[in-house]
Amino acid sequence: MKKHIAFLLLGLICWSSVATAADKQEGAYRVKFDPAVVAEIDRLIKQGWDDNEVSPSPRAEDVTWLRRVYLDLVGHIPPLSVVEAFLKDSDENKRARIIDELLESRGYVENWTTIWTNELIGRQTPDRVSRNGMQKFLREAFAKNRRWDEVVYDILTAEGHFEENGAVNYLLSQMTMRDEGVQATAKTCRVFLGVQVQCTQCHNHPFNDWKQNQFWEFNSFFRQVRRVDHRRIDPQTGRQVDDYSELLPDNFSGPVYYERRSGLMQVAYPKYFGETVEFDNGESRIKILAESIKGDPNNQLARSMVNRMWGHFFGFGFTRPIDDMGPHNPASHPLLLEYLTEQFVKSEHDLKMLMRWVANSSAYQLSSEFNSKNQIDNPAAGEMPLFSHLYIKPMNAEQLFDSLMVAANADEMSKANYEESSRRRSQWLQQFVTTFGTDENDESTTFNGSIPQALMMMNGELVETATKCEQGSLLHRIVFSNDKDVRKVQQLYLAALCRLPNARDTAAIKKLFQMNSDPNVAYQDLYWALLNSNEFIFIR
Amino acid sequence: MSLYIPGSMDRRHFMRHLAAGSAATVPAFGFLNHLSANADQVRRNEKACILVWLGGGPPTIDMWDLKPGSKNGGEFRPISTKGDLQISEHLPKIAQQMDVLSVVRSMSTREADHTRGRYYMQTAYVPNPTVTHPSFGSVVSHELSSKRKYLEIPAFVSVGGGSGSSGFLGMTHAPFVVDSNGQIRNATQGAVDRRRLDQRLAMWNVVEDGFIKSDRGDLPQAHKDVYGKAVNLMTSQQMQAFQVNKEDPKVIEAYGNNNFGRGMLMARRLVEEGVPFVEVNLGGWDLHSQVFNTLRDQRLPTLDQGISALVQDLKSRGMMNNVTIVCMGEFGRTPRINQDTGRDHWAASWSLLIGGGGLKGGVAVGSTDKDGVAIEGKSYLPGDIWATVCKALGIPLNIVHTSKRGRPMKIANGGNPIEELI
Repeated sequence: MKKHIAFLLLGLICWSSVATAADKQEGAYRVKFDPAVVAEIDRLIKQGWDDNEVSPSPRAEDVTWLRRVYLDLVGHIPPLSVVEAFLKDSDENKRARIIDELLESRGYVENWTTIWTNELIGRQTPDRVSRNGMQKFLREAFAKNRRWDEVVYDILTAEGHFEENGAVNYLLSQMTMRDEGVQATAKTCRVFLGVQVQCTQCHNHPFNDWKQNQFWEFNSFFRQVRRVDHRRIDPQTGRQVDDYSELLPDNFSGPVYYERRSGLMQVAYPKYFGETVEFDNGESRIKILAESIKGDPNNQLARSMVNRMWGHFFGFGFTRPIDDMGPHNPASHPLLLEYLTEQFVKSEHDLKMLMRWVANSSAYQLSSEFNSKNQIDNPAAGEMPLFSHLYIKPMNAEQLFDSLMVAANADEMSKANYEESSRRRSQWLQQFVTTFGTDENDESTTFNGSIPQALMMMNGELVETATKCEQGSLLHRIVFSNDKDVRKVQQLYLAALCRLPNARDTAAIKKLFQMNSDPNVAYQDLYWALLNSNEFIFIR
Repeated sequence: MSLYIPGSMDRRHFMRHLAAGSAATVPAFGFLNHLSANADQVRRNEKACILVWLGGGPPTIDMWDLKPGSKNGGEFRPISTKGDLQISEHLPKIAQQMDVLSVVRSMSTREADHTRGRYYMQTAYVPNPTVTHPSFGSVVSHELSSKRKYLEIPAFVSVGGGSGSSGFLGMTHAPFVVDSNGQIRNATQGAVDRRRLDQRLAMWNVVEDGFIKSDRGDLPQAHKDVYGKAVNLMTSQQMQAFQVNKEDPKVIEAYGNNNFGRGMLMARRLVEEGVPFVEVNLGGWDLHSQVFNTLRDQRLPTLDQGISALVQDLKSRGMMNNVTIVCMGEFGRTPRINQDTGRDHWAASWSLLIGGGGLKGGVAVGSTDKDGVAIEGKSYLPGDIWATVCKALGIPLNIVHTSKRGRPMKIANGGNPIEELI
């Protein structure tokens, strides 16, 4: 028991005492972006604060910010060793350096592959679509930091076998029903161009500018591809089973017919946002669409990506939702949206550079706590976002899984190979997905902060594994080290929450240890409490 | 206040402390351990709504409002029922229960996209980017769960669903989504005993409250409220209601031993336990092709058996006047039959089934023209359906909710109960 009293006396250790051992470095890290771009972002954001008479919250603590940027860029919390090193680091540009390190990491490639696979084909892979194929294509795109406009061009124009050319899986996943490319039309507009047209299939849009003919003009680009599903005999059972699928050219020609509400039949020819294009001149129509998107003088593809990216980091984009842009839905920061679009195009659609600008902007450095002068900046309550403080956002299922792996130190615990662990991960993720079986392939998740998620955290295997204190786990390593108890507790807080315990925590920890004759049990329960807390699940 | 929890203190007592320590309002904490012997009877007399959700948009022209003789009429014939209306020949068992069920044939709801249509039908509001409206199950949970303090399980259960959201009413009123097999994942506390769980929660409570106090909006408090509900549920006897397999195999067979049949049976068990709103999902209605074969061979027999068994069961238990049944999807389907022998999305003129809970049965409300393409006379919106359900559940229609932004929102979007059903 004496040991615990000793740690209580030291319990109120604060930030500075941990960070004292910081070693001075020769010169600051050299940033890899044009500071003028970030300065302009900052200026335009500040304009919004001034116009609305709000004052920004202070900068977030370094390690709070570290946790945030890890989750946003690589999809999991930082390992304890990184947290402790960052605390000690005195380089004034250490935030910029971490961003660059993360952008070059394998975690970045995996995270953005996951994000875009989910976006393009859904969390539940439709039948006869190859998730592996899609991932392979995206992994290469993000690893090489390919130009976004070219990635999209390849996705739209891909042909062939669904594992040999993984890019075909986007269109395959949108062509699961014989719907004449209706779903592919709506999804392509939404996911790449940030415009919602699905309603205009049947009638002129009640709110935005889209008319029914535009939907079908767009749709006619998707008519010269078709999917072919191959089957084979399973030698074991002698039954026919799915073999592979592929995307092939189709010799469709002429106009597309659609029905007006009045019952009148109409025709539509390929047009890009109302602009006439040449078609059926030897190039497939989907290629013409892909070229129109790539060469669009209005840069809608770039604008849509900028809006999406801003939303990724801040929880709210410049429009709400991020993929419903247009005159009917004015942007919160139109000048900034245009400026970033322009810069993104100038950078040759460099995704990493776009992320650098956003993650290095002053707004992204801020605390997520409100202050007395920015209470109105509350987009969760429906207000327009001003970005005068960070908005907390709950981890999604993938981020939680990967973060609990880091918290458990599971990489070292199980020597399971990569495929085995990614299989476990996708199996675990499936429990939260519900599909509606409609032609839109829409799905929802019960990983939404409701009771099943709380039950999973309290009683599920992931947190249990992280808190079991098995040989090789992070908890085991900390608890059985020669450190003092106060240090062990600090490490647990840093590992789970990226902060040190405060006075209230310390008082509660004292009680927890008093109730347990075995301190190891108390450590397990403490770690369980941290991992189950709101402070853990929210990116702050 | 001290958060030290002696091991001898029971969990409920602890959870009450927990609730008192913050602004949390978790109604289920006021549980009475000495439920009287007639409690079951009391609960059985509580009002409830069972929503049978036909995801994808059912072709109601082939189900509730047939058009024999029209070019849009399709392959099915109407048959007479125990009520004053005809329905599809492939719903013969429901036909025998139409004395207590009615059809509204004049729904006109304008949203013919799945996501928007689902949102509109479930909330009575059209989608709006700055506010998320609550699904009606969440509204019922909000209005009735505080009046049913004995309830330890969520007041809004969705069997096989997951589309709804509690919106601005907060996560404690979110649908509790379960499978029809009745196995609630992770609902039993894992490796640790109750004393350990209490210790863990005491520590957790301090971290949790610390983050709530740090002023980062409403989400941290919502997280705590949901945990309170989850903990309460973990040790509740009421969880038995989910275990459909405890029923007599004959009863399971009567409902249909499939996901939908078990879901309907679970709905009855939950309603008996006092749950005021249960949604049961039967998907597969997005019939752009092969509408008639699919209806005749798959969808309609399943629906026919599940609904008719539920109605019979409720009747025999004396619960029919307490339980309102609504059966609908996000829209109807085009009267015109397309080239793939399918019907497409159609929101302009369609039908739904509603009854029980003291509403009039055997009535056809409203009508469509001879080809089913337009409504003749008065048409109804989702708000009118939910206002009718409010009436049946005894929820006053003058309730106004307030969105997070302070905007007033009338219950059921200010809809009016359908006169012919009252």
